[in-house]
Amino acid sequence: MLVNGQEKKLQTPATLMEFLRAEGYGPERVAVERNGAIVPRPDYDAVRLAEGDELEIVCFVGGG
Amino acid sequence: MTDSPLMAEVLAAARAADFASFTAADARAALERETLRPADLAALLSPAALSLLEDMARRARAATIKYFGNAVALFTPLYIANYCENECVYCGFNCRNKIRRGRLSPEEMAAEMENIASTGLKEILLLTGESRRQSGVDYIGAAVAMARRYFTVGVEIYPLDTAEYAYLHEQGADFVSVYQETYDPEIYAAVHRRGPKRAYAYRFQAQERALRGGMRGVAVGALLGLGDYRRDALAAGLHAFLLQKHYPHAEISFSVPRLRPYARDTLKEGRAVFGHPAGRGVGERELLQVMLAFRLFMPFAGITISTRERAGFRDHVLGLCATKISAGVTVGVGGRALAEKGDGQFEISDPRGVGAMRAAIRARGLQPVFRDHLYV
Amino acid sequence: MGGEQAGKTGAEDWLEIGGRRFRSRFILGSGKFSLEMTRAVLENAGAEMATLAVRRANVGGEENILDYMPPGITLLPNTSGARTAEEALRIARLAREIGCGDFVKIEVVRDTKYLLPDNYETARATEMAAREGFIALPYMYPDLSAARDMAQAGAAAIMPLGAPIGSNQGLLTREFIRILVEEIDLPIIVDAGIGRPSQACEAMEIGAAAVMANTAIATAGDAAVMACAFKSAIEAGRLAWLAGPGRVLERRAEAASPLTGFLR
Repeated sequence: MLVNGQEKKLQTPATLMEFLRAEGYGPERVAVERNGAIVPRPDYDAVRLAEGDELEIVCFVGGG
Repeated sequence: MTDSPLMAEVLAAARAADFASFTAADARAALERETLRPADLAALLSPAALSLLEDMARRARAATIKYFGNAVALFTPLYIANYCENECVYCGFNCRNKIRRGRLSPEEMAAEMENIASTGLKEILLLTGESRRQSGVDYIGAAVAMARRYFTVGVEIYPLDTAEYAYLHEQGADFVSVYQETYDPEIYAAVHRRGPKRAYAYRFQAQERALRGGMRGVAVGALLGLGDYRRDALAAGLHAFLLQKHYPHAEISFSVPRLRPYARDTLKEGRAVFGHPAGRGVGERELLQVMLAFRLFMPFAGITISTRERAGFRDHVLGLCATKISAGVTVGVGGRALAEKGDGQFEISDPRGVGAMRAAIRARGLQPVFRDHLYV
Repeated sequence: MGGEQAGKTGAEDWLEIGGRRFRSRFILGSGKFSLEMTRAVLENAGAEMATLAVRRANVGGEENILDYMPPGITLLPNTSGARTAEEALRIARLAREIGCGDFVKIEVVRDTKYLLPDNYETARATEMAAREGFIALPYMYPDLSAARDMAQAGAAAIMPLGAPIGSNQGLLTREFIRILVEEIDLPIIVDAGIGRPSQACEAMEIGAAAVMANTAIATAGDAAVMACAFKSAIEAGRLAWLAGPGRVLERRAEAASPLTGFLR
């Protein structure tokens, strides 16, 4: 998988929610694009990640 | 017809204005404002502001010079027809008036235009009475097409649909003048007794349709003295203000006609309708106040001064607030190259021809301009 | 500057944007602060709206700026980083998905030297965002035609710059902002370039609906105290606008001969 531009091997089959938790992203504080489309937060449990998925995971930072 | 938010806004503001409530200090504050708001226009139109007329004149003159330099545009009106389907109690063309009616044939038009062009004028305003039957859009279009060969062309005719304005623009007209006469809907209904002109909103929205039809500029005006002239002037000012706001590319100008006597019958009717002889209350001071207020409120807008006013008044308002003046005027149908084919709309007070007008402008240190833009 | 402000006092004076009412007219940018400082500054500023940026999240349970936002504050995510309208829209959608409302500051910059906004792309982005239900506040170079396009496109407010972003140079675009205030029927929020409280005050005096600042506070000797100073200055400028500034006497002499002596 490609996560925020970095290659990442998916060890075991996982949902998006499981992946975010395991990697230490706060699911309530991020937004996720999977293969160019935004995944609505309620769908995190239902979305199963697959080999070759591209994820963008973003959050808020300070900015003017 | 597209609904326009302008009309409701203008009418509400005109209705709400309380001119008696303004003090001279309010008017002074409005005068000293860098950019005037609608409330400031009301203050400058108030009776209290009359005491500041000289100060208003000074500031208006400075604004006129700033925006127009010393240029004064010259033009002349050509009435091509005087048939009318409306019964307007104040107007010489009233369809019930027994006057000579006529319209120019193409040959007569050509003769009149040749004659006007020979005086050096380059801008013409084509006028008709308001009769779609006798002077239809095609007839006016043909006149415009002929006129564009000599002149920059404006029209002052009955209100049209957007597509019809687009057609006239295609023929060569780029300026449309429509007077609302009075902005007070009740007085409007009372003085326009019969005919298509009774459609107040359709008339009010004529400028918007003209601009959507591609016209470069529009003029607004109220016939001062028909209703409460302060309220009408305020409404005309707001109308122009909102037109500019919604159509920022448009050139906006004001006309400031005062009621003048014409056929005796209509004056009598006027007395019956208004309870006073028509035109009462708008002296030269009041007229000047309106013109100065317009100049200060919209310093970039043109102001045209009518031949209804005497030469001395017209000359003095040039450079002060007015930026456009007519010369060599006749208000009957044709009447320059050939004998008039129909009677006039009102009495004129300044019969000077182009040469005399030009000299008068020069004498005031101003520059007569015969054409200030090209049709695009 | 006119009758419409007259009579309005502080008590009924609200800033309305996108159907929400704000008492404060000081919008604070949250960049360049430590997270601890952010909260103190926001509180001292009395700000009810703060901007944020959207960036790639880092792995690991790092601290999040949302945890430092005072409760009740309206978040105004920006689309910084966008070089086209499409990129701005993408960032806006992501920001909304994080779940902090529909407000977005549209920011499209295609110039890395001066960081000046691209008005054309910004207007396009505003239209796209407004169509998707965003409360879009475009950050722009104060150009009247562009502002009209953005208003027409559905902007909820217009955010013209006072000077290049981060420059602290002040209200260099003063006369152009004045024109926007005059002509655009939306709140005009001066954003970028304001370096000192006096400049923020002046922006408010000429009719800005609000001022946004970030670098001016973040680079001050004491950011929290400077936030207080800006707050006071913005309030003072607002009151001056509501009061209607007094006249300035003209120095030059005027002709003495009457101009209205011709009247009959």
